[in-house]
Amino acid sequence: MITTRLRTLGEAAMIPAMSSAEQMAGPRLPLPAEGGNHRPGRTRLRGPDLRWAIAFIAPYAAVFLAFVVYPFGAALWMAGRPSLYAELIDDPLYLPALVNTLLFVGLAVNLKMFLGLLLSGFFLRPRWWIKAVLAAFLVPWMVATAQACISFHWMLIDQRGLIDGLLAAWFGVDGPIWFNHRWLAFAANVAAYLWKWMPFWTVIFMAARMTIPRDVYDAAEVDGATGVRRFAHVTFPILANLYLICTLISVLWTLGDFTTVYLVSSGAPSLSTEVLATLGYHYAFAMAKPALGVAAVMSALPLLIPVVIVLMRRLQTSEVQL
Amino acid sequence: MSAAALPSGPARRRRSIRRATAEAGSVVLCIVLLIWSLLPIYNMFLIALDPDEGEIEFDGNIWPPEFSLEGFRGVVMQDARYLEDFWHQLGNSFAIGLSTMVLTLLVASLASFAVSRMRLGRASLLTNIALLTYAVPATLLVIPYFEIMHTYGLSDNLWAVTAAQVTFASPFGILILQLYSNLIPFELDDAARVDGASALQVYLRIYLPLMAPALAVVAVYSLLLAWNDYLYQAVLLSVRNMTVSMTQGQLFEDVDAPWNAMMAAGILYVLPPFALLFALRRYVAASLTMVGVKG
Repeated sequence: MITTRLRTLGEAAMIPAMSSAEQMAGPRLPLPAEGGNHRPGRTRLRGPDLRWAIAFIAPYAAVFLAFVVYPFGAALWMAGRPSLYAELIDDPLYLPALVNTLLFVGLAVNLKMFLGLLLSGFFLRPRWWIKAVLAAFLVPWMVATAQACISFHWMLIDQRGLIDGLLAAWFGVDGPIWFNHRWLAFAANVAAYLWKWMPFWTVIFMAARMTIPRDVYDAAEVDGATGVRRFAHVTFPILANLYLICTLISVLWTLGDFTTVYLVSSGAPSLSTEVLATLGYHYAFAMAKPALGVAAVMSALPLLIPVVIVLMRRLQTSEVQL
Repeated sequence: MSAAALPSGPARRRRSIRRATAEAGSVVLCIVLLIWSLLPIYNMFLIALDPDEGEIEFDGNIWPPEFSLEGFRGVVMQDARYLEDFWHQLGNSFAIGLSTMVLTLLVASLASFAVSRMRLGRASLLTNIALLTYAVPATLLVIPYFEIMHTYGLSDNLWAVTAAQVTFASPFGILILQLYSNLIPFELDDAARVDGASALQVYLRIYLPLMAPALAVVAVYSLLLAWNDYLYQAVLLSVRNMTVSMTQGQLFEDVDAPWNAMMAAGILYVLPPFALLFALRRYVAASLTMVGVKG
């Protein structure tokens, strides 16, 4: 039975799971000093200490109330009228945007995670040139999102862009006019999103893979499991829980992603590649209908809430354990 | 000696062929990954180094015959259109990024100290509630923010963007700090308390110095979050208070914007996070490789 715990910060970073109440309370994290750990929660605070504790928590509590609770309440209030949703359904822009959102989240998240998982194994191979390629691979993560998306936009603009230019110069092919075709423009959005965010998750999976003990692989090799079989029967089962949690978190983030679609295809052709995030923005600021904008984004909540519930459950019942 | 340890001739040859194909495959994959990762960056440089402003076309030369630093000059000397106030815009980006970083460090370290080092009952509930922030898509909150910032008297104010970024950076910061603080023995706190230190003194003299690696990770994370943001800056700020990130939105206002200078500005904009990460690399690497114990 393998019970290696993932404890790298990079990975913990991504995993709210680890903060589940029981985990924080229970003495499961091995402390450098063993005896006499007074875990928080054992004794009640009194007197000046209680006042200090309240003073220390107050700044964050204020931030949370002023910038999460209040705006979210305001959003619920703004989008509360049922007539807004009737208006959404009647709008010819809404349903395509909903379909795009589902496809975008489904494709971008799964491709990003699965390729990231595969690449994390590749990048751990002990070759100097692979380390060098890893450095280049991580550059997109550091480049500011807006600038990167604009670069994609110009690269694919039409026959004048870099991609079509290369196609013409090397293969003598007339490249497509990317942003004139709904699915090509959509694919461009997905590609830009993968380009920007895949490195991040690859690093997370690399950190996780490094915690898999070497002897597990040695044992697998004795049993003749190599290559694909080793991945399918050893690596993947060990990382499965982490993979699921990362995927769920990534769904939440990708659903809220605005910049990629807004700056790469910007909805072209004729607003057919909008997602709910950009459509909400379009309603709120281009059409000056803020309530409709909130309602458009809010209509993703039926998808969002199950994801949050599964995620919270996952984090309550299982600490991130291999 | 088993047969596996000493393979016969053909088996060994087959294995070496397989190894050679694997090596060739990884070289090919490396080349593909290099092209994939660097092509958009290359495109940025291609446009930024073009002598003609507004030129985004690719003329078929991988290595264009003439390079020009005109775009970069236009940015630095502030005579490119839309970038007349480049240094001011960069200053605004810095103001947002640094204030987000400092406030996130302050708010998150105070909260995580109270949660993980003081004996508060049910304190860990706070972290869970904080993490609920990530269940709300950022785009859902931006529209009410726009209205609420008026109420708070922060419309078209850099602090409005900072407040939004601190809101999104803090939960992650609290989580990281809390996980890291479990590695610091409680005996240190207790010894200080016996000597009569107050909670504030323990926080300042023991907690903060020992938490330096985790604080570095939170600093990098929060700065990158604010630095990468486009949506909140575009919505909450007007042209008067532009940031470098916002200038890229000229895409929709003016197709004939001086793109060489815009891309040059984008390239310059990437440098500060690189510098920060480089400066803190030892701390970040230490935290990233803080690998757990086998159970």
